[in-house]
Amino acid sequence: MTESNKLPSGQTRIDSLEMRGVTKRFPGVLANDHVDFDVRSGEVHALLGENGAGKSTLMKILYGLYHPDEGEVLLNGKPVTIASPTDSINLGIGMIHQHFMLVQTLTVAENVALGLPSSRGALTDLDRISKRILELADIYGLKIDPSAYIWQLSVGQQQRVEIIKALYRGAALLILDEPTAVLTPQEVNELFVIMRQMVRDGHALIFISHKLHEVVDISQRVTVLRDGRKIGTRPTSETTKQDLANWMVGREVGFIPDRGDVTPAEVRLQLEDVSCGSDRGTPGLRGVSVAVRSGEILGIAGVSGNGQRELAEAVTGLRKIVSGHVQLEGRDVTNFPPGELTDRMLSYIPEERMRDGMIKDFTVAENLILREHHKQPYSRSGFLNLGGIATHADKLIRDFRVKTPSRETLAKNLSGGNIQKVVLAREISRDPRVILAAQPTRGLDIGATEYVRMQLLEQRKKGAAILLISEDLDEILALSDRIAVIYEGRIMDIVPRADATPEKLGLLMAGVHPEESTSVVK
Amino acid sequence: MIQDLFSVTVLIGILASGIRLATPYLYAAIGETFSQRSGVLNLGVEGQMLLGAFAAFYVSLRTGNLWLGLLTAMLVGAVMGLAMAYVTVNLQAQQGISGIGFYLFGLGMSDLLFQKLMPTVETIRGFPRIYIPGLSDIPGIGEIFFSQNILVYSAYLLVPVAWFVLNKTTLGLKIRAVGENPDAADSLGVSVARVRYFTIILGGTLSGIAGASLSIALLNVFQQNMTSGAGFIAVALVYFGAWRPIGVLGGALLFSMVNALQLWVQVLNIPIEPEIAVMMPYVLTILVLVATVSRVRAPSALTKPFEREN
Repeated sequence: MTESNKLPSGQTRIDSLEMRGVTKRFPGVLANDHVDFDVRSGEVHALLGENGAGKSTLMKILYGLYHPDEGEVLLNGKPVTIASPTDSINLGIGMIHQHFMLVQTLTVAENVALGLPSSRGALTDLDRISKRILELADIYGLKIDPSAYIWQLSVGQQQRVEIIKALYRGAALLILDEPTAVLTPQEVNELFVIMRQMVRDGHALIFISHKLHEVVDISQRVTVLRDGRKIGTRPTSETTKQDLANWMVGREVGFIPDRGDVTPAEVRLQLEDVSCGSDRGTPGLRGVSVAVRSGEILGIAGVSGNGQRELAEAVTGLRKIVSGHVQLEGRDVTNFPPGELTDRMLSYIPEERMRDGMIKDFTVAENLILREHHKQPYSRSGFLNLGGIATHADKLIRDFRVKTPSRETLAKNLSGGNIQKVVLAREISRDPRVILAAQPTRGLDIGATEYVRMQLLEQRKKGAAILLISEDLDEILALSDRIAVIYEGRIMDIVPRADATPEKLGLLMAGVHPEESTSVVK
Repeated sequence: MIQDLFSVTVLIGILASGIRLATPYLYAAIGETFSQRSGVLNLGVEGQMLLGAFAAFYVSLRTGNLWLGLLTAMLVGAVMGLAMAYVTVNLQAQQGISGIGFYLFGLGMSDLLFQKLMPTVETIRGFPRIYIPGLSDIPGIGEIFFSQNILVYSAYLLVPVAWFVLNKTTLGLKIRAVGENPDAADSLGVSVARVRYFTIILGGTLSGIAGASLSIALLNVFQQNMTSGAGFIAVALVYFGAWRPIGVLGGALLFSMVNALQLWVQVLNIPIEPEIAVMMPYVLTILVLVATVSRVRAPSALTKPFEREN
C-alpha cells in the first residue's frame, strides 16, 4: 500500500463506493426502487430530493441502520455486507446525522470514546482519546476542546464534534445528512471550508440537502431522487438550480413567488418591550418591540432557540408575559387567554404542527373546526352540527387541495404537506386580522412549500398582518417586507427587505452588528 | 425521657442502627441507580426485595447455609430483573405500570410461598457481626462503624464501586449514554437493549441482596410484606441522590438515621405517639424530595422505550 492511498488521518482512502439496484420497501411504501448511487474519493456528491424521496432511507442503508430488500454495495469494486453501523464504521464510512447523535451530558472526549474498545480494557482511556482528538483537530482545522461538555457548545461546534467522531473512527467516506439545516450562513461557510479540505485530502463526501444553492456551491456531482427512484446523476457544473428544482419536483416550479405590491396600512399587532421566560427558566424574550401592519409580512430571522418559540407563544397567549404589552388592533391584549385572542381573529400556524397544530387522532373535518367549533354553523347550544361541519370540511378540502381519502380520515394518516394544508385551511379560511406563522414550511417539500408561501402572500394581499417566524433565511428573504433578527431573546435589528443580504442577516443572527465587525468587508 | 436521647450511649446506638438500617436501601437504590441511568425506571424493586428476602430466609433456614440463601436471593432478583427487562426492552411496556405489576407479583408470591412452605413463624441466626481487631475497639467509632455484619460492610463498599463503574469504565460510559441519548449510542454500535438488560438484571440482583439483608442479616425473620415500602423509598432515594451513588448514600443515611431515631424514641418511652414517630422518616423523605427534585435533571431517556425510528 502506497502512501498516496492514505488520508491525513492515517486511514486508507475509499477510492469508490457504489450502491447498485438498492430497493427498500416499507409497509405500503416503496422507499427506494432499484437506486444506483456512487461516490469517489475526492468529491462531494450531493443527494437531492424532496421529503419522502428516499434520500435518508438510501443513506441509512449505506450506514447499516436499514437493511435493503434488494441490491448490493461495492467498496473499491468489491461487494461488502453492511448489517449494522458497526460494519459501516469498520469499512470507513461515517455519518453526520441531521439530528446530532451526541450525548449532551457527556464531554467531547466521552462522546468520541463511546462504543470504542479501550486500550485500558474495561476502563476508559479518555486521556489518550483527547490527545488523538487534538491531533485530528489540528490536521483538519477543527477547533475543539475535548474536555468540554456538549451542552456547552454551539450548534456549529457540536457539528465539528460529530465530524471528529467520524474521523476518529477512521471515516474515509462521510455522509452529511442536511448538515446546514441548523447553521447560520457563517457557520455554513466554515463547514464548507472544512468539507473542501477533506475532499482535497482524498475523502469521499455525500452531501444531502434540499437547499439548491448549497448543492451548486459545494458539490462536484449531484444525484436527484424522486418518489424513491433515481432521476439522474449529473456533474453539478452542467446543471442550474432551476433544472435541479424541476427534476426534484417533476414539473416546472416557480421559485420565488411573485409578491405583488401591497401598501402596508394600519398597525395590527404591536409588541412593546415584551419579556417572558423560557421552559428552562432562563429569560426567553428580553424586551422585544415590533409592530406588524396590515398588508405586511414581518419576518423574524434567527438561529433556532433564540426566543422564536417564546415569541410565538407570548403573542398567542400560550406563555405568560412578564413585562411589556401586546396590542391587537390597538387594544391591549397582554396575557389574554388564547381563546380570547382567537375570537379577536388572531390565527396561529404553530411550529410543531403535529403537536400544537392539530389533534392527530381526530378526523380532518374535526381538525378543521378546532378553532371555531363553538360557533355557528358548527355547533348550536352546545350540540355539534355535523352537517355544517361536513359541508365546511368538504369546501376547505377542495379549496386548499388537501389530499385526503375523505373528511373522516384521521389527521395522523396524512402526509406532512397535507397536514400543513389542513392547519392553513383552518387558520386562513376565517379571514384573520393577524397571522402568526412559525416555521410554516419546515419539513415540507418544494411543492407544499410553494403552496404555503403563496397562501401567506395571498393573505398579505387581503390585508392580514403577518408575523413570520422562520429559521430558513431563504424563506424570510422570499416573503418578508421587513426582517427582524432575533438573538438571545432580543431583536438585534429590523432591516427592510431591500437592504437585507444573507451576510448581513447572518452576522446579526450570530449576535454581531455588522458595523461592529471589522472582518467583514463588503 | 427526652433528655435520654442525648446521652452518649443512646447517640452511639442511634448512629450504629442508622448505619445498619441503611443497608437494604443502599443495595436497592444503587441497583435502581444503574437501571435509571440507563433509562429504565424499575418500580418493581419492592417486589424483587420481598421475593429475595423470602428466598434468602427459606433457603438459609432449610440448608443452614446463609451464603446459599444469599445466592438464591440474588438469583431470584436477577430472574425478576430479566423478566422486567423483557417487558420493558422487548415489549416496550409502560415502565411505571409494569413495575407496579412486578411489585404486586413479588408481594403476592412471597406471601403465598411463605404461607405454603412455612407453617410456623421461625427465626434464624443471620450473618454475624464482624469485629475488626483494633478498629472495633475504638470507643464509639468502633461500635458505630466497625461492629456490623458482612452485608452492611459490603453495602457501603458498593457505593464507591458503583461510582467507579459509572464514571471510569467503558461500561459506565455506555450506561450513561444509553440513558441520555439512546439514538446516539445506537448509532455508534452500542446495543441499547444489551446495556439495559444488564442494568435491569443488575438492579434486580442488588434488590435481591437488599431483601436478603433484611431477612438474614438485620431482622433474621421473614414476615408478610416485611419490606413495608423500602423498595419504593429506594426509588425515591435515587431521585434524591440525583442519580449519583454518593447522593444515594447521603439520602439512605439521612433516611435511616431518622428511622433509627424514631425507633429509639419508642424504646426510650418518649411520649410521642408511635404512629407519629414511625411517620417521621417518610414525611422527611417527602419534604426533602419536594425541596430537591426540581433542581436536578433526570436522565433524558428515563422511562422512554428505545426503538429505531421507522
